[in-house]
Amino acid sequence: MSHSPAPASLLPVPMVCTLVLLASAPLWLDAVGLYQYLAVEIVIWMIFALAHNLLLGQGGMPSFGHGAYFGVGAYAFGLCQQQLGAELLGGLAGALLAAAAAGAVVACFISHRRGIYYALLTIAFGQVMWFVAIKWHAVTGGEDGLLKIARPPLRVAGLEWSLASNEAFYAFVLGVFALVLVFLWRLVHSPWGRVLRAIKQNEMRAAFVGHNVWLYKWSAFVLSAALSGVAGGLFAMAQNSAYPNVMSLHNSGFVVMMVLIGGGLVSFWGPVIGAVVFILTRDLLGAYTDAWLLWYGLVFMAVVLFQPNGIAGMWQVWQAWRRRRAATAAAPKAAAREREA
Amino acid sequence: MALFEARHLHKRFGGHVVLEDISLSVEAGELRGIMGPNGAGKTTCFNVLTGRYKPDGGTVMFDGRDITGLSPREVARCGISRSFQIMNLFDEYSAIDNVVIALPAVRALGWSVLRDLARQSAAYDEAATILQRVGLAGKEGAASRSLSYGERRALEIGVSLAARPKLLFLDEPTAGLGTEGTARLADLVTTLKQQVTIVIIEHDMRFLFALADRVSVIHWGQVIAEDTPANLRANPWVQRSSLGSQTA
Repeated sequence: MSHSPAPASLLPVPMVCTLVLLASAPLWLDAVGLYQYLAVEIVIWMIFALAHNLLLGQGGMPSFGHGAYFGVGAYAFGLCQQQLGAELLGGLAGALLAAAAAGAVVACFISHRRGIYYALLTIAFGQVMWFVAIKWHAVTGGEDGLLKIARPPLRVAGLEWSLASNEAFYAFVLGVFALVLVFLWRLVHSPWGRVLRAIKQNEMRAAFVGHNVWLYKWSAFVLSAALSGVAGGLFAMAQNSAYPNVMSLHNSGFVVMMVLIGGGLVSFWGPVIGAVVFILTRDLLGAYTDAWLLWYGLVFMAVVLFQPNGIAGMWQVWQAWRRRRAATAAAPKAAAREREA
Repeated sequence: MALFEARHLHKRFGGHVVLEDISLSVEAGELRGIMGPNGAGKTTCFNVLTGRYKPDGGTVMFDGRDITGLSPREVARCGISRSFQIMNLFDEYSAIDNVVIALPAVRALGWSVLRDLARQSAAYDEAATILQRVGLAGKEGAASRSLSYGERRALEIGVSLAARPKLLFLDEPTAGLGTEGTARLADLVTTLKQQVTIVIIEHDMRFLFALADRVSVIHWGQVIAEDTPANLRANPWVQRSSLGSQTA
């Protein structure tokens, strides 16, 4: 008899739904009153939120200064393009490597910590990088940031696609998102991901059964920073610029709010849901009032107070309730059958 | 040569000396009991021996190797495993996942990031065997937090066994167990005794004296007596202390 749990599906239903919905978006966006650029931004934030949740939801490491690595990716993409003449994939590789390097250094200083000390240190390092971005005029362009970052064309095997239009760029961003999504899905079910989740539950026991807790936490941070950097590089292309605001505490807070509202603590898919909800709220509510963040903040507080597991948590509660109801409905019938038999 | 030997261990926290001078020598295949009143330094002794605290003096030798001051991870990799007095499990995980995570085979797989752990059926089979050994057959898929207190105690030992230790430390395994649970645990430890060297801290004298080959009595941060259970009962030191009265 096999004792293994069911292996993770290669193409789980939520993944198929997400990808089909996003891939078909250009067909129905206009009809529901949205626009292509908004979809670009949502998918970029999805990548960022998924990367962030590798730490918060899977590893239990509260990184509250994660905008820094998104920002490092954005600047690195711009600098690679403008100083080194890098094209699309070269620029994104630069964004990934720069953010991974920044994450690797910071992770050295924080990976022996946990909880509130971990959170405070991530904020401190995030603020340091934000400050550097503002003050280091010669490299970052100071408060103005790097302007005129182009969207280079995608060149594969001698073919060339322009990404200048939002439609074409969306297709490319979606492709990157799909790669990140599949990679992270495999990752969280791998031995590495399962040990990381064990460390989240009980760091001490994980060390006592022989796992290198520090190295797991360090590598999770580096991976998360690297993927955040990719999102940042895409964002620089989306905005045609990179500026200090993307590294601010503000932006770092946004990604935490997305992950928590979506339910990243209990579900792999939480960040995906959260990014959609957040950006749509910003756009739709923002059209009516400048104080949209106030309303979003109130909803966020309500979620944290009443359903800390977010939207995915509500879904799970509902599913459990349905199963219970089905079970209680089945029980009298079974009893009746027994009586008849 | 002894499998495990601690020489003149000394540990203080600030000005408070917890371990004055502890020397212990455990032979391979032995089941050693450690007893002593509350606050005598038994658990601190375990924590020093398994790497949670570094000693301020003394050496710890295991299998001919100096392991003094190694981290818990390094101590675990040498083949020393421990259970905890206060329950210390991976609560979100099922019983079998708790054991799987602790297997050396999974530790070695740790850096393969694209393989699905659930497909490692050899690891799950091994974990199922361990669960069977500790009496948890049939509970493989149960969430560890939904298990009863006694079952969680057994799982605690199962997780410690997963590392295939040469030496197993059990810190008050009967704590909180009723008569029936204690009896079942005694059966389990009797079986384990055939397979692995064990050191047990225990308050329950009846339990300990029935199982142990030798017992060390720790008091005031020192080993004040060490002998077979039969001889210890006759020891005036032990008889005079509150410990002896329980066994009389």
